[in-house]
Amino acid sequence: MLEGRHITYAPDGKTTVLHDVSLTVAPEERVALVAPSGAGKTTLCRILAGYLRPDSGEVLVDGVPLPSMGRCPVQLIGQHPELALDPRMTVAASLAEAGETDAALLERVGVQRQWMGRYPRELSGGELQRICIARALLAHPRYLVADEMTTSLDVVTQARIWAVVLEELAANGAGLLMVTHSPALTQRLATCVVQLGRP
Amino acid sequence: MTETMHHNVHRAQERHHHHTHAHDTRHGGDHHLLQVEDLTISFRRYDDAERGLRRFWSARRKGAAGASEKAGPARSLLATLSVQHEVAVLKGVNLAVHVGEVVAVVGASGAGKTLLADAVLGLFDPHATVRGRLWFDGVEQTAESLRKLRGKRIALIPQSVASLDPLMKVGAQVRGAAHGVEKEQRAARQRELFERYGLDEEVAGLYPSQLSGGMARRVLLCCALMEEPQLIIADEPTVGLDLDRATDALADLRAFADGGGGVMLITHDIELALRVADRVAVFHDGTVVEETAVASFAAPELLEHPFSRALWHALPEHGLRVDGGGANAVSSQMGEEQPC
Repeated sequence: MLEGRHITYAPDGKTTVLHDVSLTVAPEERVALVAPSGAGKTTLCRILAGYLRPDSGEVLVDGVPLPSMGRCPVQLIGQHPELALDPRMTVAASLAEAGETDAALLERVGVQRQWMGRYPRELSGGELQRICIARALLAHPRYLVADEMTTSLDVVTQARIWAVVLEELAANGAGLLMVTHSPALTQRLATCVVQLGRP
Repeated sequence: MTETMHHNVHRAQERHHHHTHAHDTRHGGDHHLLQVEDLTISFRRYDDAERGLRRFWSARRKGAAGASEKAGPARSLLATLSVQHEVAVLKGVNLAVHVGEVVAVVGASGAGKTLLADAVLGLFDPHATVRGRLWFDGVEQTAESLRKLRGKRIALIPQSVASLDPLMKVGAQVRGAAHGVEKEQRAARQRELFERYGLDEEVAGLYPSQLSGGMARRVLLCCALMEEPQLIIADEPTVGLDLDRATDALADLRAFADGGGGVMLITHDIELALRVADRVAVFHDGTVVEETAVASFAAPELLEHPFSRALWHALPEHGLRVDGGGANAVSSQMGEEQPC
């Protein structure tokens, strides 16, 4: 169980981005997080994946806080792949961070062999996003947080990527938290919808 | 009268100039607002970066280290140059925008959609070879004449606020440089546009970094509308906006078209495009494979090209499928091309 308990986040002490938000994702569950623009969806995603520390409250996986080092059981895929990869690391080095590689998985996500020696600036946004998705899946997450994961991809690629992601999640019994602007995608994929109110 | 006659010739759904019409398509002034015919843009390119310059440099390094490679730098350079060849990025593109119409150009990223927009704006890369014909408001255009129309009768709404000057207040950017009476007129026009699009007067005094996504989007729209254009090219205007904001953005474009303008809406978000457009041009592999009324997306049988059908099947509301029906052949073929 991935649990966010009573999370409050107020980065500069004045503006409260999140106030006392609690949320749980069970294994094999697919939760869609729905909220108006500016309500803190992305911030919540970053907190749940350990990118940000909440000012109060905690994030637990099976009752244990997220590890401060090593591979995180909660992996985040964001909207801006160009910001998610180290510009000075080759694609191969970035993927190696997730652990052992899996050529078959890379192929299914559409990561090509000839990209391995390239740097992020030598690839397009869509190509980088596939690399980020592959990296998150290679880490065998217990929970995957997908924040507008496929907005920058065309529908055919979107469909193909989601098919792979769902297969991988099912194979590992992992849970999913997704943010999307598309009601049709929510309806198609989510097993439950959580509304995040304004702070 | 001529319009009526023309309409008699081209009925709804009837195919002409490579496209079919939406049922309420009009031909203002007996011609298309924008017509692109057989547009081909190619670039001189190295075979592949890996095999091109990089091989040259690595060969040079090896040579310097005294490796037994006989070729040496000069020969490698020749080898490098010999793999340079022409690559057509747009291949015989046909597209028409009628008065009062929103035409969505949809397709995979990297398929050449933005290059098409650049061509209509007369922005040609100096290394590109351009072939084809383009009419605007019934007059055939050249690169030179397109340059004169750009920003005046044909306006671009760019994708992101990055197109705004971060060090200039947005009001001044929308007004642009002018003196005397013209300055007054432009200031009045800017205020009128801001009011129409729900931007407070104080917004004019803000810098781009102080705008929310929705505000920035409306500021870019106001920039485009300053010169009262006839055709707006909107390049991915909804990326990064939530559903409500994106719907508002498209409603503004719809209103512009309903007021007698034309809109070329470039987007990969086909779900949103279908809500607002009259017709859809499906871009695939550097060309428009199908230009059809939005109504044709009601069922896959109404779509002609396998890629259009693949798009239909891949839509979340139709099952997010990549292996369904005719889509299979296309998706495996796409795997090799890797458009984005």
